Amino acid sequence: MAKPVLEVRNLKMYYFTTRNVVRAVDDVSFELKKGEVLGLAGESGCGKSSLGFTLMGMPTPPGKIVSGSIKIEGREIVGLPENVLRKEIRWQRISMIFQGAMNALNPVYTVGYQMIEPLIYHKGMNKDEAIDRAQKYLELVGLDPEIVYRYPHELSGGMKQRVIIATALLMEPSVVIADEPTTALDVVVQAQIINLMKRLKKELGLSMIFITHDLSILAEISDRIAIMYAGKIVEIGDSEKVYYEPAHPYTQKLLAAIPRLHEDVERLEFIPGQPPNLADPPKGCRFHPRCPYVMQVCKEQVPELREVDKDHYAACWLL
Amino acid sequence: MAEPILKVENLKKYFPIKRGFIDTLKGAPQRKVHAVDGISFEIFKQQVFALVGESGCGKSTTGKLIVKLLEPTDGKIYLEGQDVTEVRTKEELLAYRRKVQMIFQDPFSSMNPRFRIYDVLEEPLLIHGIGETKAEREELIYKALEMVKIVPPEDYVGRNPHMLSGGQRQRVAIARALILNPTFIVADEPVSMLDVSIRAEVLELMKELKEKMGVTYLYITHDMSTARYFADWMAVMYLGRIVEMGPAKVVIDNPLHPYTRALLAAVPEPKPERRNIIKELPIKGEVPSAVDIPPGCRFHPRCIYAQKGLCDVKQPQLIEYEHNHWAECHLVGKY
Repeated sequence: MAKPVLEVRNLKMYYFTTRNVVRAVDDVSFELKKGEVLGLAGESGCGKSSLGFTLMGMPTPPGKIVSGSIKIEGREIVGLPENVLRKEIRWQRISMIFQGAMNALNPVYTVGYQMIEPLIYHKGMNKDEAIDRAQKYLELVGLDPEIVYRYPHELSGGMKQRVIIATALLMEPSVVIADEPTTALDVVVQAQIINLMKRLKKELGLSMIFITHDLSILAEISDRIAIMYAGKIVEIGDSEKVYYEPAHPYTQKLLAAIPRLHEDVERLEFIPGQPPNLADPPKGCRFHPRCPYVMQVCKEQVPELREVDKDHYAACWLL
Repeated sequence: MAEPILKVENLKKYFPIKRGFIDTLKGAPQRKVHAVDGISFEIFKQQVFALVGESGCGKSTTGKLIVKLLEPTDGKIYLEGQDVTEVRTKEELLAYRRKVQMIFQDPFSSMNPRFRIYDVLEEPLLIHGIGETKAEREELIYKALEMVKIVPPEDYVGRNPHMLSGGQRQRVAIARALILNPTFIVADEPVSMLDVSIRAEVLELMKELKEKMGVTYLYITHDMSTARYFADWMAVMYLGRIVEMGPAKVVIDNPLHPYTRALLAAVPEPKPERRNIIKELPIKGEVPSAVDIPPGCRFHPRCIYAQKGLCDVKQPQLIEYEHNHWAECHLVGKY
């Protein structure tokens, strides 16, 4: 078995505000194998984007990594000083495709100028070499290489998203984190971007963490899926398993809430209530106040992830 | 057949583009954005009519024209037989708005943050002079909140909008629209900003209210799956025109127009076993600008079936190809 490119163990990242401590990522462990896409899903505020930023070694202030370990290709990155993270890890080992790519580009610089900056600083390339490389990657994502000389406002939303993807790949990182890369896009453009990512996965053997709230998109691309709820992973496993035999009541409810295109659904299910406040999460299983199958033990003890099937884990007392 | 509640005839809305100084001097022609370019449809009582399309296709502009937040450039809108475009005076407009209400997309910015929920719901009552005394109004407000399942209402009336979750806020927005007991509601992407689980809850609620109160909806959305779930009828818009129209299930299961097919093919399928297959999208290019509309069929530059000499020259008409199922394409059944 190949060694995982990314190994996360018992990671905790809390936001320390002046009033309280928000446990956005609370004891999360998982692995990402080479050439695999891991989908990370959950409702807003479940900590999925916080987890993404933490993996990049840049939790948004006032967030801090409290404990745990993140290993990229065997190298521990928790506790590395900022200058080392910047020089050796970020963008080179792990990179990120940001949410809302529309606003991720600086409007006053050309696309090329923004793309080549890391190449010049970190790889010591001269400008011509860097531009060549940027053009190569723009072609790879299906854009005209001449775009390096254009400004962001001259591009459409889908083109900007492609530029962002090319930028994330430029330094040939071992892990790419895609944080809601298609959320602000129209359906047709979204499908084109998903197709592009599928192609890149095949051609470059990308290892990727794909963060989204949309379970249908996850099914389109992920090999494995992790479901997050209130800062914890509640279920993780092969896509088919999580989709067709969801073990956790939260996953079951989420899947039942999606309207299907070609099926008649009498009534959509929904989960009553709302996700808990992470500054003061409920005791025991964090899903228990909304769970239809709640038992006494759920209110008292936190369930651990346990194996339901081969490579399929869920954290629930019912299992 | 019963009379439709809402009837739209050849509706048009063009937005002029400001000319530069030099263009004005040269007397260059006035350029316009063709947001809505001649659409017609009818909506019957207690039905949900979905208007589906990508951003910029004119679906929201149509909604705003119907509630009279915008004045049409041309065309007619009839509500229960009354010509809406003739509504001019303040009193007439007030009477009209009592019958037609709107639910906006973003529940985070559609309410005054300094208002309490009580004030949010009292405002329409005050404007329309409903409820003589404070006690009467209070009763109406409590009833409206109970209807949208914000219970117990006394716990919520004193709160400000920021103290509610997104789903709760959207339900308050629905209560605000319903408190006047309108005949017609324009819902502009009411669930697109909400999480999946909450989205289902709000859709269920809107569906229930349709049956209980006999409300008729225009449901504006970009999401085909929710349209199929919630709507009875559906019209697909592209660059200001309706390109296909019919019962929602028929349009989705048996699309006639190539654009509808492309939209449907683009919807992500929750089928993980197909994850390594690259999907074929029967469409090319990107949406052109609504300023320079392509000649002939406006979809032809993106259509993979377009025929030279026909599609790029002649504008197709919306024709009823099957019973109750219209499409605007020269090639229906021929591609």
